[in-house]
Amino acid sequence: MGLLSRKVTCNSHGQDSSYFLGWQEYEKNPYDEVKNPKGIIQMGLAENQLCFDLLESWLAKNPDAVSFKREEQSIFKELALFQDYHGLPAFKKALVDFMAEIRGNKVSFDTDHLVLTAGATSANETLMFCLAEKGDAILLPTPYYPGFDRDLKWRTGVEIVSIQCSRSNGFQITESALEAAYQEAQRKNLRVKGVLVTNPSNPLGTTMSRNELDLLVNFVTDKEIHLISDEIYSGTVFSSPAFVSIMEVLKDRKLENTQVWERVHVVYSLSKDLGLPGFRVGAIYSNDPIVVAAATKMSSFGLVSSQTQYLLSAMLSDKKFTKEYISKNHKRLQKRQNKLVSGLEKAGISCLESNAGLFCWVDMRHLLSSNTFEAEMELWKRIVYDVKLNISPGSSCHCTEPGWFRVCFANMSEDTLKLAMQRLKSFVSSITIDNQTHQDLKNMRKKNRTKWVFRLSFQSFHDRDQGER
Amino acid sequence: MGLLSRKATCNTHGQDSSYFLGWQEYEKNPYNEVNNPNGIIQMGLAENQLCLDLLEPWLMKNPDALGLKRDGISIFKELALFQDYNGFPAFKRALADFMGEIRGNKVSFDPNHVVLTAGATSANETLMFCLADQGDAFLLPTPYYPGFDRDLRWRTGVEIVPIHCTSSNGFKVTLPAIEQAYRQAQKRKLRVKGVLITNPSNPLGTTMARDELDLLINFIEDRQIHLISDEIYSGTVFTSPSFVSVMEVLKDRNLDQTQVWERVHIVYSLSKDLGLPGFRVGAIYSNDPVVVSAATKMSSFGLVSSQTQYLLSAMLLDKKFTKEYMSENHKRLQKQQKDLVSGLEKAGIRCLDSNAGLFCWVDMRHLLKSNTFEAEMELWQKIVYHVKINISPGSSCHCIEPGWFRVCFANMSESTLKLAIQRLKSFVSSIGMKSQSHQELKSLRRKARNNWVFRLSLQSFYDREQDTTTKVSFSYRPHFMSLSNIAATLDAAA
Repeated sequence: MGLLSRKVTCNSHGQDSSYFLGWQEYEKNPYDEVKNPKGIIQMGLAENQLCFDLLESWLAKNPDAVSFKREEQSIFKELALFQDYHGLPAFKKALVDFMAEIRGNKVSFDTDHLVLTAGATSANETLMFCLAEKGDAILLPTPYYPGFDRDLKWRTGVEIVSIQCSRSNGFQITESALEAAYQEAQRKNLRVKGVLVTNPSNPLGTTMSRNELDLLVNFVTDKEIHLISDEIYSGTVFSSPAFVSIMEVLKDRKLENTQVWERVHVVYSLSKDLGLPGFRVGAIYSNDPIVVAAATKMSSFGLVSSQTQYLLSAMLSDKKFTKEYISKNHKRLQKRQNKLVSGLEKAGISCLESNAGLFCWVDMRHLLSSNTFEAEMELWKRIVYDVKLNISPGSSCHCTEPGWFRVCFANMSEDTLKLAMQRLKSFVSSITIDNQTHQDLKNMRKKNRTKWVFRLSFQSFHDRDQGER
Repeated sequence: MGLLSRKATCNTHGQDSSYFLGWQEYEKNPYNEVNNPNGIIQMGLAENQLCLDLLEPWLMKNPDALGLKRDGISIFKELALFQDYNGFPAFKRALADFMGEIRGNKVSFDPNHVVLTAGATSANETLMFCLADQGDAFLLPTPYYPGFDRDLRWRTGVEIVPIHCTSSNGFKVTLPAIEQAYRQAQKRKLRVKGVLITNPSNPLGTTMARDELDLLINFIEDRQIHLISDEIYSGTVFTSPSFVSVMEVLKDRNLDQTQVWERVHIVYSLSKDLGLPGFRVGAIYSNDPVVVSAATKMSSFGLVSSQTQYLLSAMLLDKKFTKEYMSENHKRLQKQQKDLVSGLEKAGIRCLDSNAGLFCWVDMRHLLKSNTFEAEMELWQKIVYHVKINISPGSSCHCIEPGWFRVCFANMSESTLKLAIQRLKSFVSSIGMKSQSHQELKSLRRKARNNWVFRLSLQSFYDREQDTTTKVSFSYRPHFMSLSNIAATLDAAA
C-alpha cells in the first residue's frame, strides 16, 4: 500500500516542466545590475513591476488603509475576527466596480455573484471542483499558461484536451479546432464539461476578437457545456483593439437569462493588473447561484486575508486613483512592449502582434536547427545558459509548432531590457543568418504591417482578417 | 449528464448540520448589549477575543510592520511581488520559534519543515490530499470539530471513521476504541491511512495525556499509518496538566529518525492562540521531506498574504512580547473558564474538567427528557430559541452520548458571560429540578473534585483513574432536523 497519496508521487504538479526549470536556473544565478551583471535576466516571469510608484504614493497618502483604521478609528478587532467566506462587503463592491471600469463600464458585476479566493490559482482549481468530476475534460486553446496543468488537473483529476491553434491565423480559435478537440476528448472516453480560455491570452498577449467569442458562445450553447474566461490580464490591454469581455458579448447578444448565461464564468485577480501577486487576491464571477454557493463554501480553503481585503477595498474605492492608475498602467506597458518589439526586430526576430499582457509571443523559428521540439529545447538551453536570458519555450505552453517563446517585458527596468536585447542581438549575429533569411524577415514584417492597418479598419465590423502571418 | 460536479450539488460540505444552523439563527438575531439586549448570545463560536487589546498597542508601537516598512524604508514592492510558496523566511523562522515556545521549548521546529497555508482549514485538507486517496479513511476520536466533515472529506473523497470515546473515562482515547474503529473501516472496505487527533481537544477542552499519545504512537507504528496532530489550540492551555505535544513524546522515546517519525504531522494556526482567524495563517509541520515538498506545491492553492506574513513575522520575532502575551492569554482564559464553570455549577450543570481551549464540554444529560438524540435536539432548540444562547450540540460533534454541549467562553465580555449564565440558570430552574437531582449533582461534583486531585497526583505515572459515571446507552446516529422541522416542533411545544 502506498504510504502517500498518488497525487504526491505522480508528477501532475507539472513542476518538472521547462517553465519551472528555467525559473530554477535563474534563482541560482540571478541578474543584478550591481552585484551580478552577468547573471541570468528573468524574462520568464509575467509580473507587472511598472507601476509600484503609483501604488506607493497612494499608500503614503492613505495610511489608515494599512493601519487597520477607518476614519481614524481602529477596526483591528473587526478585521482580526473577520473570516466570513462571503468576503468583506466593501472590498467586493470595490472589486466589482474595478472590474467594470476595466471593461469600459460596458458591463456591470453584482457582488452577490462574486467569490473571493486566494489568487486566480485557487479560483481556477475551485471552478474545476465545482463544474467537473475526476475523469472529465476541459478544452483549452494552445498555447496556454503552463500552470494550468497543475491548477486544473492535479488535485481535481480533471483532464485537459487541447484546442490546437496555429500561427496560420495568428493562433486564433477556429470552429474546426474546437470540434476536433471535442472529438479527441470523446475518442479518449472523456466527458467534456467545458472550455477554458484566457482572455487576454497568456502567452500570446492578444485579446480575443468578437468573432472568436461568438464562436465560443455558440459552441458551448450547442454542446451544453461551460465556458470559463480567465480575464486576469483584462487590465493590461494597452492598445487597440479594446478588450471585449465574454460578458459583453452575452449582453450584446441578449443572452442574459438564457441557459448559456449561467454556464459562463469569469476568473479575475489583482496579480497582473495591480502587480500584487503576493497579496493573493483572486475572484470567481458566476451567473449560476449554485456555483456561487458551492464556490463560496470552497473558498474556505483559500480565503483572502482580511488585512489585505481592507487595504484593497480602500484603494479600489478611490475611483480617482483607479482611473489614473489604469491609464498610466496602459501607457507604460505599451511603451515597454514597444521597446521589446523594436529591440527584437533589430535582432532580426519578430513577434506576434499583441495589444495586451506582460509578454510577447516571439517567433524564433528561423533560429532553430530543425523544425522540431528537440531543436526548440536546444535553442532554449542556449538562451538560458549562454545568452543568460530566462524565457519560456512554446512547448511548455503546449504550442503545437516549435520555435515560439514567451518573453516578458514588464518585470524589469528599461536598462535591463536594453541589456537583454543587446545580448540577444549578439547571440543572433553569432548564429550567422544569411542574407536570404534577412530578406524573408523584412518581407514578413512589411506584410504584417499592412495586415495590421487592414485589420484596424475592419474592427468595427466585428470581423478579423484570416490571413497568413 | 450532471451540469455541475457532484461536489457542488451534494451536502458533504456538512453545512446543513446544526453547528452551522445555530450560527445562522444567531446571525438573524445577534445579542448586543445596547442595540439588542434580548438577542441570541453567541456561545457556539470558538474565537479568542480576550487578548486583542494586547495586540493593538503592539501594532501602535511597531508602525513599520503595518506600514510595510523595514527600518523606516518601504518594502512594499518586495512584499507585493513575494508569492514564493516556500514562504517568507523570517515568518517561518518566527513561527517555528513561537511553536517551540508554546511547547516550553521541549521541542524545536525546523523552518524548512514548515509549510504555510491559508488557515488550518487549508492545512488539514492539504494533508488529506498528500496522505490519502479517494476512498481511503482517517480515524478520528469523537467528539470532534464539525468542520472536519467538510475539511477532510468534501473535495478529497477521504472518509472519516470515528473512534468512539465516552464519558466513562473522560472521553479519552483507548486501545479497544481505536481497534474497533480500524475494524469498522475494514468492514466498510476502507483503507485506513492514519489517525487525526486534535490536541488540545475541540470540543473537550482537554489536553491529551502521555499515555494516550503513547497509545497512538504504538498503534500507528504497528499499522504503519500516519498520525496528524492538529495542535491549533496548543497556545490555549491555561492550567495543568501542561501541554505535551506528540513531537515531545516521540523525542522522549528516542523515535526521531525512525520510520514513525516521518509519519507524524502537526497542524497549527494563529486563529485561536492569537485570535486572528481573519488573517488566514495556518501551517503544516512534517518530518517527511516528500510530504513537505508536495504540501508546499499544494499550498499554491491557499498561500498566506505576504502583507500578513510580514506583519506577523515582526510580531512573533518580538520574543519579549510573545512571552508576555502567552502568559496573559493563559491567565485570562483561565479566569473566563472558571467564571463559566462556576456559573454553570450554580445552575446545577457541570462540565468535563478542562485545562485548555476556548470552550467547555458541558453535561446537560440530566436536562434531557430522554436519553436520546431527539431529546438533545429538543433541548438545543429550546436553548437557542428560548434561552437565546447558541451552543453546539454534541451530536454535531459526532458524540455518541446524547446530552453534551460545547459552550464557548472566550468570545465575549465578562458581563455577557454573566448574562448568559443567568439566562441558563433561570431556564434550568424553570424546568423544575427535584431535590434528589440536586443532591446527586452535589455528590457527583464532590466525586469529580476528588478524582481530579487523584488524577493530578498520578499524572506523572502516566496513569488515569477510570471513574464511574452514568453509563449511557445509544443505538443510532442522530439525524439533524431541518429548520422547518425545528419551527414545527417549537410550535407544538409552545
